Amino acid sequence: MSGVLVVLEHRNGAWARMSWEAIAAAGQLAQICGGNVYTAALGGELGALSAEAASHGGAKLHTLEHAQLAQYTPEGYTLALEELIRKHQPAWVVFAHTYRTRDFAPRLATRFQQVLIADVISLRGEDGAPVFVRQMMQGKLNADYRKTGDGPGFVSVQAGAFREEVSSSTAAIEPFAVTLDAGQIRTKPGEPFRESAQTVDLGAASLIVSVGRGIKEQDNIPVVQELADALGAELAASRPICDNGWLPMERQVGSSGQTVAPKLYLAVGISGAIQHLVGMKGSKSIVAINKDENAPIFEVADYGIVGDLFEIVPALTEAVRKAKGA
Amino acid sequence: MKIVVAIKQVPVRDTNVRIDASGKWIDEADLEFEINEPDAYALEEALQLKDEHGGEVIALCAGPEHAGSMIREALAKGADRAIHIECDDLGSLDTLGVAQRLAAAVKAENPDLILTGLQSDDLGLGQTGVVMAELLGIPHSTIIMHVAVDGAAIKVKRELEDGWFQQIEMPLPALLTIQSGIHRLRYATLMGIKKAKTKEVKKLTPAELGAAPAAAITVERIYAPEKKKQTQILKGSPQETAAQLVEKLKYEVRVI
Ligand SMILES: Cc1cc2nc3c(=O)[nH]c(=O)nc-3n(C[C@H](O)[C@H](O)[C@H](O)COP(=O)(O)OP(=O)(O)OC[C@H]3O[C@@H](n4cnc5c(N)ncnc54)[C@H](O)[C@@H]3O)c2cc1C
Ligand SMILES: Nc1ncnc2c1ncn2[C@@H]1O[C@H](COP(=O)(O)O)[C@@H](O)[C@H]1O
Repeated sequence: MSGVLVVLEHRNGAWARMSWEAIAAAGQLAQICGGNVYTAALGGELGALSAEAASHGGAKLHTLEHAQLAQYTPEGYTLALEELIRKHQPAWVVFAHTYRTRDFAPRLATRFQQVLIADVISLRGEDGAPVFVRQMMQGKLNADYRKTGDGPGFVSVQAGAFREEVSSSTAAIEPFAVTLDAGQIRTKPGEPFRESAQTVDLGAASLIVSVGRGIKEQDNIPVVQELADALGAELAASRPICDNGWLPMERQVGSSGQTVAPKLYLAVGISGAIQHLVGMKGSKSIVAINKDENAPIFEVADYGIVGDLFEIVPALTEAVRKAKGA
Repeated sequence: MKIVVAIKQVPVRDTNVRIDASGKWIDEADLEFEINEPDAYALEEALQLKDEHGGEVIALCAGPEHAGSMIREALAKGADRAIHIECDDLGSLDTLGVAQRLAAAVKAENPDLILTGLQSDDLGLGQTGVVMAELLGIPHSTIIMHVAVDGAAIKVKRELEDGWFQQIEMPLPALLTIQSGIHRLRYATLMGIKKAKTKEVKKLTPAELGAAPAAAITVERIYAPEKKKQTQILKGSPQETAAQLVEKLKYEVRVI
């Protein structure tokens, strides 16, 4: 058992960038436990995708092409990768922590009596073995994990946690014949679709005031709306605010909403869960107002005010108006 | 339709957690607990399916004695009965160990549908449901926003990244992990609370559910994350901090 196998992911005919970050994580892992990095790509027909994936490095790219893999299903991916792993026996299997990985990788790991160490933010070697860091308690704590059992280890890495590297080598492409038949796949996936056209393009906004569950109720939304108006900013929100219907869905920032990168992102009563952070951490300047000094939002904030938003925000609105001479 | 909903009790959001003496888990001594947020939506989905199609909703929980209050609340909201696997050792199990326990309890019930939350607020693993499905040998789907039942099959709406969705069909029995926020949650009525007192809570011990598999992964220690970014914390009264921030926005961020 040796080497690190990276399972790559493509959607709508394009590779997910996070796949290259997973290759970088696998490179670090291979330095600790030895062996080569291999990659695997699954699909109906991969076509030009194979050559592109191979250019991102690794010793070998295993291509798993089969009509039953043309569309992603958890069962198809589990069966195909189980076969590949049993044949090649990598010491570690690495994934990008995407929705798809969440969907099938725990199932695949279970086939080997293993547990996926999910959403890893960093790794290091200790006594020749890898230690993986992942977050707990909504990002308030970190935890160090080790693998204890025998058999292949399974790890998925968080978006943005590992930096994609430019590869100097090209992987040799090696087709792997999988045996799958339609009867083994019970889930029937439909085509991906979008719900409604977006009329607010938060991505283009240069100033954003964003509100989270700290606002407590819908009737309090004007407190932050007034601040946004004073600054001339767009109003955005964390997911629970939109789920509750307090602001329209199209104002949601995060992994399942919009990705924004304004000059100023002012987060009010938002804890800073990873799914929110991935949508806004590219902002030039981040300000957080939160009553909890340990809230993870302060991990990414340039300026912070620890305190009650219901006292701070009105004072801030007032001060902004005054500064603008309004 | 017989539906099992896996619900877990977790520390109340926004509480300040302290690390315990072992360094591997949080000090639970003074903590308050509540139902894991997505699990409340899984329960609501189960109750709505029952409202529509009839049948039975069974709440399933592995956890210490204090989880009993959450189980009663699920019964008060309308679950018909509950299974409580009473145990204090969840911290020493990995996902496979927990899922194995839950799956063993589910197996005896032979339900049509199993719902779990998509992830727990404390551990944030997002795996227990998927692992249960594999142990039970049934199809599954994750991050589900909507469930439609059509005879012996279901059609679900699965959330994908960046505002995309997908419909997926699968035969029953099946397992779904439910996304937060997909419904308005119901409150327990006075009548419901009264009725809950008479509903069955079957207690099981881990020993009755078979030996736990050896841990495949272990937590070595937990700790507060190191700050990577220098955050300037502005101090003073609300008026003072507001004035300081306006200065920063004017002269450093240059947006005023
Ligand atoms: C698959 C998946 C996709 C997701 N996609 C997204 C997404 O796209 N976008 C998104 O935002 N989330 C998303 N989430 C949800 C995410 O995990 C968090 O649950 C969510 O971001 C939390 O929102 P919040 O910070 O507003 O609420 P909470 O986490 O409840 O935080 C509220 C904050 O307000 C503070 N607060 C409370 N009262 C006050 C007060 N009076 N004054 C000041 N501060 C106060 C608290 O200290 C706390 O930090 C997703 C989750 C999953 C599992
Ligand atoms: N001890 C438990 N008892 C009941 N359900 C659980 C338990 N642990 C996890 N679950 C279920 O599995 C889901 C995912 O949990 P996790 O894999 O820990 O993120 C939760 O939302 C619950 O529905």
